Amino acid sequence: MMTALPDFALAGPEILLAAGALVLLMLGAYGGERRAGLVSGLSALLLVVAAVAVMLGREGTTFDGAFVVDGFARFVKVLVLIGSALAVVMTQRFAVAEKFFNFELPVLIVIATIGMMLMISANDLIGVYLGLELQSLALYVVAAFHRDDGRSTEAGLKYFVLGALSSGMLLYGASLLYGFTGHTGFAGIAAAATAGGSSLGLTFGIVFVAAGIAFKVSAVPFHMWTPDVYEGAPTPVTAFFAAAPKIAAMAMFVRVVLEALGPAHVEWQQIVAFMSLASMVLGAFAAIGQRNIKRLMAYSSIGHMGFALVGLAAGSEAGVYGILIYLVTYLAMTAGAFAVILSMRRDGVMTEDIDSLAGLSRTNPAVAYLLGIILFSLAGIPPFAGFFGKYFVFAAAINAGLYWLAVIGILSSVVGAYYYLRIVKIMFLDEPAAAFEPMGGEMKAVLGVTGLFVAAFALVLGPLGDAALAAAKTLF
Amino acid sequence: MTLGLAHYLSVAAILFTLGVLGIFLNRKNVIVILMSVELILLAVNLNLVAFSHFLGDLVGQVFALFVLTVAAAEAAIGLAILVAFFRNRGSIAVEDINVMKG
Repeated sequence: MMTALPDFALAGPEILLAAGALVLLMLGAYGGERRAGLVSGLSALLLVVAAVAVMLGREGTTFDGAFVVDGFARFVKVLVLIGSALAVVMTQRFAVAEKFFNFELPVLIVIATIGMMLMISANDLIGVYLGLELQSLALYVVAAFHRDDGRSTEAGLKYFVLGALSSGMLLYGASLLYGFTGHTGFAGIAAAATAGGSSLGLTFGIVFVAAGIAFKVSAVPFHMWTPDVYEGAPTPVTAFFAAAPKIAAMAMFVRVVLEALGPAHVEWQQIVAFMSLASMVLGAFAAIGQRNIKRLMAYSSIGHMGFALVGLAAGSEAGVYGILIYLVTYLAMTAGAFAVILSMRRDGVMTEDIDSLAGLSRTNPAVAYLLGIILFSLAGIPPFAGFFGKYFVFAAAINAGLYWLAVIGILSSVVGAYYYLRIVKIMFLDEPAAAFEPMGGEMKAVLGVTGLFVAAFALVLGPLGDAALAAAKTLF
Repeated sequence: MTLGLAHYLSVAAILFTLGVLGIFLNRKNVIVILMSVELILLAVNLNLVAFSHFLGDLVGQVFALFVLTVAAAEAAIGLAILVAFFRNRGSIAVEDINVMKG
């Protein structure tokens, strides 16, 4: 049997990133520490070039159907690449100040991004596993990147142990899905599940796969690692973790659930609805008592993943559309918030205490107003971006008959508004603390652009919504 | 008695459970956690190979080879992070991983 060579051009952006990462590694290895800044700049450029390549690229499937490039994949890939590029841009200044800047850091971010792109395009359980591991292995190292800092290595170790466990659960589920359907490709699994109906083995497989992916999107009850890793990892790494990997894992969750397990709708809908509900409630209540802003962002991201999962529980085209809009707004809000968190530095010392933001409106009004907009948006208050994300997922849930999920989601977003607005209160009403050191130029740019995007989201919703709708249609 | 698919699946399920329990119940040493992770992956491999044999389909064995490869990389990275942790803390006891409370 002679098989033709697969169509490599469809995986062009991934191949570009992989080759680029190797070149950058060589550049750093032979140039020594002097080249670290250059490698960092080139990494960001490489990610942007890959995003353009994704936008201009073709659609189709290749590698025997294991790798799919469709509208959905392209939309999410662009998001992930923007998220990673922002993370690389925001890393350098902070890492130099804290004395852990090495050229490997941006290269590892690029390699993790390749893993994410494979996850997004994976149309086969083997592809899912390999993409996930490429991403995770790079992320474990990045979390522990500040080698001389006890908290960073501890965060890396915790992330590694729980991540390895979650990969194991995902794999066990994948082996059961393979065994009870006879296929690893999503199309084959869906066809077998339709023909064979639901069996106990298939249900077990779905539960384990869902648990493994839930770890990666940090949905309750598999969220335990999130606060510790967010707090312990160096702050630019936390900024990276909060955006791109979550988006990629969410996209993978959507594709696995809708493409492979579509016929087993009853089984997975209960699981996803429960995870979504528990994440929203825990994200709202657990964040209230936090004093460390990185831990607060961790619980906030758990809650936001819960809101996005509402759209998946609906399992409809409108639901996927809601998830995509939600991910766009989540990316912008997270990047903007972390641009401020990364600049919370006084007398050369980094602070993570929420109270150190006191009186920011008087010491630095521009930053305070932009962060205020982002916090209102995180709380879901119209007319800012976060409101639209929530609106579309809840509308999809109501159309799918999940009234209770939408009601509890809205109630928990009211509870969640408390701790976002508390930060606004600290910034605008409390007695000013000493001013922070001036923000770096790139932080100002990121905060300015994301703040304006969040504030004026209603104006860009038209074209963005069209793109998201076209992307959501490809899964149905 | 002939060995059927159910026997293999039972052994794999037991190994998998032992691995998961090893991670959660172990109070002593992080190395034991790494061994438990390997146990989980081996349980999965046993599952995959057994299914592959009884389905008469080679994909499962290909999957098992990929899992083996990734497991090796994962163990290497885990040990590297563990070494960095040991240099900071001078200990690899599970109870010493406690600076942050989650």
